Parts: sequence; C-alpha cells; structure tokens
Amino acid sequence: MLIFEQSRSGRTNPTQAPRIDEARHAVPQRFRRRQRPLLPEVSEMQAVRHYTRLSQQNYSIDTHFYPLGSCTMKYNPRGCHALAALPGFLGRHPHAPEQTHGQGVLACLFELQEILKQVTGMRGVSLTPMAGAQGEFAGVAMIRAYHRERGDGERRELLVPDAAHGTNPATAIMCGYDVREIPTDSAGDVDIEALRRSVGPRTAGIMLTNPSTLGVFERRIREIADIIHSAGGLLYYDGANLNAILGKVRPGDMGFDVIHLNLHKTFATPHGGGGPGAGPVGVGERLLPFLPVPMVGRKEEGYYWLTEQERPRSIGRLSAHMGNVGILLRAYIYTRMLGAEGMERIAEFATLNANYLMVRLAQSGFEMAFPERLASHEFILTLKREAKQTGANAMDFAKRLLDYGYHAPTIYFPLLVPECFLIEPTETEDKATLDRFAEAMSAVLCEARTSPELLKQAPCTLPVKRLDDVKAVRELDVVWKG
Amino acid sequence: MSNIPEELQYTRSHEWIRQNEDGTVSVGITDHAQDLLGDMVFVELPEPGRQLVAGDECVVVESVKAASDVYSPLTGEVVDINEAVVEGPELINQDPYGEGWLFRLQPQEGAEREELMSAGAYQELLEFET
Amino acid sequence: MPFIPHTADEIREMLAVIGVQEVEELFAEIPSALRSRDRGELPPALNEMEIGRLMRERASQDGQPLCFIGAGAYEHHIPAAVWEIAARGEFYSAYTPYQAEASQGTLQLLYEFQTMMASLTGMDISNASLYDGASALAEAVLMAVRINRKSKRILVPATLHPAYRQVVHTIVHNQGIELVELPYCTDCGHIVPDSLQRFSGGDFAALVIPQPNFFGVLEEVDTLAEWARANDMLAIGVVNPTALALLSPPGEWGGPGVDIACGEGQPLGMPLASGGPYFGFLCCRQSHVRQMPGRIVGRTVDSDGKPGYTLTLQAREQHIRRSKATSNICTNQGLMTTAATIYMALLGPAGLERVAGRCHLATRRLLERLTAIEGVKPLFDRPFFHEVVLALDVPVQPLLDRLARQQLLAGFNLQKDYPELGSALMVCCTETKSDADLEQFATLFGAAVDDLRRSRC
Repeated sequence: MLIFEQSRSGRTNPTQAPRIDEARHAVPQRFRRRQRPLLPEVSEMQAVRHYTRLSQQNYSIDTHFYPLGSCTMKYNPRGCHALAALPGFLGRHPHAPEQTHGQGVLACLFELQEILKQVTGMRGVSLTPMAGAQGEFAGVAMIRAYHRERGDGERRELLVPDAAHGTNPATAIMCGYDVREIPTDSAGDVDIEALRRSVGPRTAGIMLTNPSTLGVFERRIREIADIIHSAGGLLYYDGANLNAILGKVRPGDMGFDVIHLNLHKTFATPHGGGGPGAGPVGVGERLLPFLPVPMVGRKEEGYYWLTEQERPRSIGRLSAHMGNVGILLRAYIYTRMLGAEGMERIAEFATLNANYLMVRLAQSGFEMAFPERLASHEFILTLKREAKQTGANAMDFAKRLLDYGYHAPTIYFPLLVPECFLIEPTETEDKATLDRFAEAMSAVLCEARTSPELLKQAPCTLPVKRLDDVKAVRELDVVWKG
Repeated sequence: MSNIPEELQYTRSHEWIRQNEDGTVSVGITDHAQDLLGDMVFVELPEPGRQLVAGDECVVVESVKAASDVYSPLTGEVVDINEAVVEGPELINQDPYGEGWLFRLQPQEGAEREELMSAGAYQELLEFET
Repeated sequence: MPFIPHTADEIREMLAVIGVQEVEELFAEIPSALRSRDRGELPPALNEMEIGRLMRERASQDGQPLCFIGAGAYEHHIPAAVWEIAARGEFYSAYTPYQAEASQGTLQLLYEFQTMMASLTGMDISNASLYDGASALAEAVLMAVRINRKSKRILVPATLHPAYRQVVHTIVHNQGIELVELPYCTDCGHIVPDSLQRFSGGDFAALVIPQPNFFGVLEEVDTLAEWARANDMLAIGVVNPTALALLSPPGEWGGPGVDIACGEGQPLGMPLASGGPYFGFLCCRQSHVRQMPGRIVGRTVDSDGKPGYTLTLQAREQHIRRSKATSNICTNQGLMTTAATIYMALLGPAGLERVAGRCHLATRRLLERLTAIEGVKPLFDRPFFHEVVLALDVPVQPLLDRLARQQLLAGFNLQKDYPELGSALMVCCTETKSDADLEQFATLFGAAVDDLRRSRC
C-alpha cells in the first residue's frame, strides 16, 4: 500500500509543524499557489510504520551477504555514521566562516586529502566530486584543460577499453571527446597491439580500471603507460576496483596521471540505496593546477578553503558548496580506524576471500571466465553452458539466489562475458558466510539441472515475484495518479 | 533456429532489405537481432525526406535491457516510415520481416550493393558468430 | 584487524583450499617493480573510542552559533523520525535497486518520492534525484539542448545563485554550450520583463528562471515563462521546495508551465552539514521523459499480477547506452531522497505550508526589526520569500567577523559576487528562529553596526 492510500483529508501532525498566524495572504496573490500539493496526510505513527515496513523489504549489507561485483559492498561501520552526525558537524552552515566556525571539519578534510594522496601515490587531491561518475568527469575535464592550455587542440579522442564501465564512455562524451574503443585479448588484458595502432596525435588519453572490470590485474600496465605517454596522452585511473590493491600498489606508481576514488566502495561509506557517494580525484604533477575547487589548504592561522582565487587554473566547481562533506567525514573516520596496517590488510583479505570463493565455486562445477588467472578482489563466472543445457540463464540464477537469502552478484556485466556473474565478496565477510554462499550456488545449479522452472519462476519468497519490466516501460507509470 | 527468408538481402549488422516493385527498398532488423535484443519497448525512426549514406545510424531500437542503432544498408532518401512500430514496438518481435518493418528508402542511382549478403551468406555469418 | 573477521585457523584453511602458502602469492600477477615499498606516513589505527574523542573535539571547534545565513542552504526543523528511519541499515547499507524483487522498500519509496516532487512542482514526471541543486540545473541545461536543437546557448539571469552559474559552466562548456547572462535590475533585485526585449527572437535553447531568486526576491515567473515560449525557448524553473508550499508551482507558470523544473532538495529534511550531502531534484513534462537523466522508478506488476516497482527507462542510462547515454550519472542521492520522502510524509501539505509561512513571516519580522536600526535599509522593494538583502552604511565583512566571534552568523556578504550592490548583506530567517532569537540578532547587530560606524568616524 502506498503512503497516499493511507492519507485522509484534514489529518495533520501539529508537533512537527511550527505555530503560525495566517501566512498565505502575506504573499501577493499573483505569486500564490492555488491548490495544495498531493502530499500524504498521515499521522506520525503511520509514517513511521509505513517506512519502517518498507525498509524491511530491502536486502542490505546489514541484513544479507551482498556480493555485488564492482560495487564493493563491505560493512559500513556504524561508528563512522554516528560520529559524522555529531551536532557540531550537522549544524554547520556551508558559508559559516572557516576561521571561527569550521576548523574542526576543515581539519578532517585536510587530513583526508593527505591520507588519500599517500595511499594512491598522487601529488594532489580534491575531495569535491559527489560521486564516482562526477570524479570521472572532473578527471577527464582536467585532461581536456591540460591539452587546451598547451594549445594542443587536435587531441579529440579518448581511448576506452571495451570492458570499461559505461560511465567511462559517457563521461568522455560529456567532456566533448570522441570515444575510441580498445579491444580486450583472450586472457583479459588490454590488446596491446590494437592499442599501438589506435594511438596518435588525436589521442588525449586513456581511461583504465586496474584490476579491470574482468576481475584481473592489467599486467602490462607500465607498457600501456609508456605507449600513451609517448603519444602525448594522459592516463586516467578509474578507482572502481581500488579495494583490490589498496596498500599493495599505488596508481601513481603505475604511471597514472589522474584518478578518482569511490569512497562508498573502498572507504566503506554507505551506498544508501543508490547514493550519496563521493568521488575524490587525485592527480600527478602535470594536472595539479586544474583540480576542482574548493579544496582545503593549511597555513599558520589554520585551515582555509582554496577557491578560484587561489587556484585560477582550476576546472571550476562541481557542486554549490563542497560536495558531500558528510560522506567525506565518514571516510575520514574509517581511514583513521584502519590506520597504516589496516589499510594494507584490505587488499589482502578482499583478495583472499575472492580467490577462496572462486576455487570453491570452480570445485562445485561452475565455469570461470579466466580460469588460468588469479582473482583480484572479484572474479567472473559464466553460466553460458548451464543456460544452453537447462534453459535457465544468469538472470534466473540471480533471482533464485534471492530466495536463498543472498543478494545476487552483478549480472550481464561486463558485457564481454556471456551469461556472467561478477562476484565480489569483500574483506569483511567471514569464511562461514562464503561457504554457505558456495553451497547455495551449488544447490541452485542442482535445481537448474533437475527443475529449471524453479529458477525461471524465482523469486518466490520475496514481497513480490518476478516483475514485468517490459510493462514498466511500455505502460510508463512513474507518478501515482490516485 | 532463426528465420532467414530466402528472398531478402542482409547486412553484417543484422538489417534486412526487401526490393520493392516501385524501386524502393524496405528495411528492418532480422529475427536473430530481435531475439538478441529481447522485448522491444521503443523505436525512433528517421524523418521522411532524410538523405542517408550507407552505414549511417538512422534508427534507434530499445529493449528493456539493451539499446541498438540500426544502420542504413544503402545510400538514398527515406521515403516512408512505419509509424505502427513507434506505437507498438512489439511488432518487431512478433513479425520482424512483415509488420515490423522500419522504413523505406529510395536508393540513389548506382548505390553500392556489394556489401549486402544473401540469405545463405547471412546464415553462415550467424553460425560463425554463435 | 579492523573490520576483518578472519581467524588464523580460517586463513590457513582458506589458503590450503586455494593451494597457496601465503596471501602474498595471490598478488603474483602484479609486477614486482610496481609494488609499494613506501608505506607512507599514515597515522596508526584508532579504536572507536579514540576516534570518537577526536571527532567530538573537532565538532565542538565548529560551535553551534545562531545562524541567519541562507544563500542556498537552509536550516529547518527535521522531525526525529526522519533520520531514525532513513538511517536504518536496510536503507543505509543497500545499493541501487538493480534486483528489484529484493529492493521493493527503496523502489516503492522512490516512486512515492517522484509522486511528491511532481505534485510539489506541478510537473508530470520526476526522476529519483541527482547530486545537488547546482548539478541538477546543469543536467537540465544539457537536457534542454538535446530537446531544443536549434541552439547551444542558454539565457541565465544574474539573479541565479552564483555558484549554480559556475557549476553549470564547468559541466556544460566542454560540449560547446554557452551561458549568456541576463542582467537584472540593481534597484529591485529581479529581472525586469521589459529588459527581455533585446533578447527576443534570439538564438537560445532555453531560459533559466529562479524562484525565489538568489536574493530571495520573487521573479515575475508568469511573464518570463510566457516570453520563453513565445520565443521558441524552453523554460527551466529553479525552485526552492519549501517555498512551493506557498508559491505557484513551475508547472503552472504562464499557463502551461515550464518544460523542466529543478532545484536543491536540502530544505526537505537534510541537515546543513557544511554543504552536503544534499540532493537535486529534476522534474519535466511527460513529452521530455526520454531526455531525462538519472534513475526513474516505475510501477508494474509481478507474475501474479500484484503491483510492484522497478527501475525503468534504463536504456537512457550509461550502463546500457554507454557513450550515447543522457548523462554519465550512475546513482541518485538515495539516502537523502529517503529522508526527504519521510520528511514530506510527516509534514503533509498543511505542515509544509506552515513551515513556508512561518519562514516568510519571521523574515518579515526580522526585516522590520533590523531596518529600525540606523544605517540599515532594505535594498530591494520587492516581494520576497525567506531571504532579504540589506543595504548597510558600514562595511559588511568586519561586521560579520565581529558578530561571528559573538556566536552570531548574521548573513551572507554579497560583496564578492555582486560588487555593484555596495555594502549589501543577505539575511535569511526560517521557522527555527524564535522571537527571542530575532531579538538577540537585532540587539547584537545594532550594537555592532553602531560600533563600527563610530570606529570609522
């Protein structure tokens, strides 16, 4: 039932509304609203019960194992939330003067900039992008500003591997570039010969994820960096998979000129049902002047905002204020709880869990996409054979896993591997959970062979059965009409 | 198995071409292509009168989980479009070679047709691809 | 090890199953030359108690002053239930609802959110939110250029939030889109409809119309929207959602309304939090829905015919359309829209109207009180919502600095963004301010203005 269906005309919550004299007539009539909006008229308890019940219809990290590949669904520490929500932080206006009313939050942001510089090997960091995709935008816009400032206007093309996240080509277009796809070889690495043929005076740079979206480490990364750099291009690192290498190898040491990080992945800030995220960008020497503002600086009197005035070559602002500060604080608290040693353990245990689960599933008869490779923090299996033999495809497997109480892995991405599952357990899961998941996968495989209709009809234990997403588009209903 | 009518010609990008008696050609996407894309939910057709060069992106077809461009198989002018598929994109799934046609083209005189394939050649292409 | 559950025995068992001796072997594919030798100078780990102490110290450094700054971020009462529920793990730690059947909570809530926002703005369609108000406007501009292909120029009034203008420029200029400034009247603080004459018949894809504008002043939105339509431009409304409880919605401006409405969702239950996370909303006419960026939730049925919710029109989005997507955006501000939906449900239409009404009346009262002080005048004589600009006969910055030390944040200094206005201070008053707060403001403010004037003589 929708909240609107519980609404009764005239019901109000006086405790939540200010006392007031008649105000409507204070505004001249020609500006006035004539009809009240369709907001629900429910009691406080009705609203609380309704949304509490809705929450119970979600799978989440706090309730379920959530091995969604490429999304790094690790535990979001409650301490990070509680401490970022201290009244001094929540109540601070974005334009409150930083000298008298802001040294606390600016100190945290400054230190986070420094920590992220260290763990990525970059020279400068700006925290302001509000999501991974906005970080990508900032990164590519800096590449464009760099070439433009050098008068190098012929560089119109960004190279993007065919395995890349969809945001990469979409970002390149938003920044006014043409996209040139680079194929992947059979072992999952970038096809170096094709890359050599593709670079030239039109090359602005390349966008890479490493480990790639195929779940394997790009072994010839230094060679790729040399090819791009000698052609005059720059290297962009998509930080989607940084969890795999944190503390083991730094993007700056691999030769990248610019990176973005997803704090909601690697640094455990909440995914919140689809955001807010945070996508700080880091750069090497060449791109330092172009970082988006505001950033935080430090001088003797204390911390202060760096704006267009101090950084005139900046690509500019990406948000009305300073991005998702509350998310940045959560990430800062997390990095401080990890410390130097904890940081290095992340990649180790994310990788241990992924390789363990990969071997367990291979032993259960699942086919790995790259069986001869080590897993990074995630790996891909293909259900192509099962789909052909049983008629149950990756989607059906995914839906049936929901019945077993597991959020499904990422399906049908990357597009290069047919009927694929991209599985990322993260370091915060224990062995017993991985074992139970492997058993559930085996049970579903067994069902697929004996009674595939169970998969095709799944899920059957959730609030709704399989939803008709064709109808959802053909008979578009996105606003309740009553 | 995919349906591949003998009397049509095909492209590598899964369009079909029917030669009409009035000299125009009708264009659509093959049974194989509609099967790969799944349930169609949206079609965007070119404006009649638009001049196309062989290989131009001229139609967008969307299913719930995929979107694909359709390329003009020949150089020429769009003379007619199938409004019925805009209203009911599912026609492409139901009858890709009939009711689900997309547009008619008046090919330019001497338009290159060497790239077009026979039914047999298209069949071989599909076998190779899968 | 922080947040890692493995015991030594388990690690041994897992390595044995994989068939390696130690974890290090799992990194064999990374060329050794690249491996980090440098551990840097990261600080040692703190436990929750220790970091808690540090964070409390830092939070207390920022104080809890009495704040009358607005300028795009507004302090409102947030009912306790809003974040109690939004922060439940099932909302807080879920992700984008790709597996619809296991995400009905988030999906139904977003459908309710879309319905509320569409109704509040008077538009047909709402998406499930964007990052913030400024970036939502940037997306609206990109959308307008895709819909109205006649031009890549956008008419943007100088009364639009300066940071919004900067953000839109940053985001759209690489695609060759140009923002052309529409001047305003410095005496009355709004766009004088007559001044549009010289842009008539011009080559523009859209006109941006803020309501209220950055100064808090109400624009003649009906005339502006009509003018845009008559000149074959799209109209984009930028609105404050609280104000919409009192003010006519963009969907009705000038009769048929604007094409796209967007704005900052922060007033609907988001704490100020130094500027974020907030959320942007974006609404449009039905006919523009395929050009809309971002997540959209649709209602459908399951295999038993029971109603359910799912992400829809996904073929617009980057994960399917890649380089031809409507935007590179990949998420929404899910948690913030969760809070906003609960906020709007708790307030209801009457409650939100009271909030808006109280903001407006309190601002009038504050204005009366402050302009009774010598040397303080209203700069514009125009209808306003909950922000007003004051002309002072003393310089603004020293005044603000002095009052900040007295734990009063008295407003936003317009000097940097609008130097032509002279010594101008913008103050904002919301329902959170009691009569005693207004009195305290007026007293401290009056004394400070006096002192400053005297020290200059």
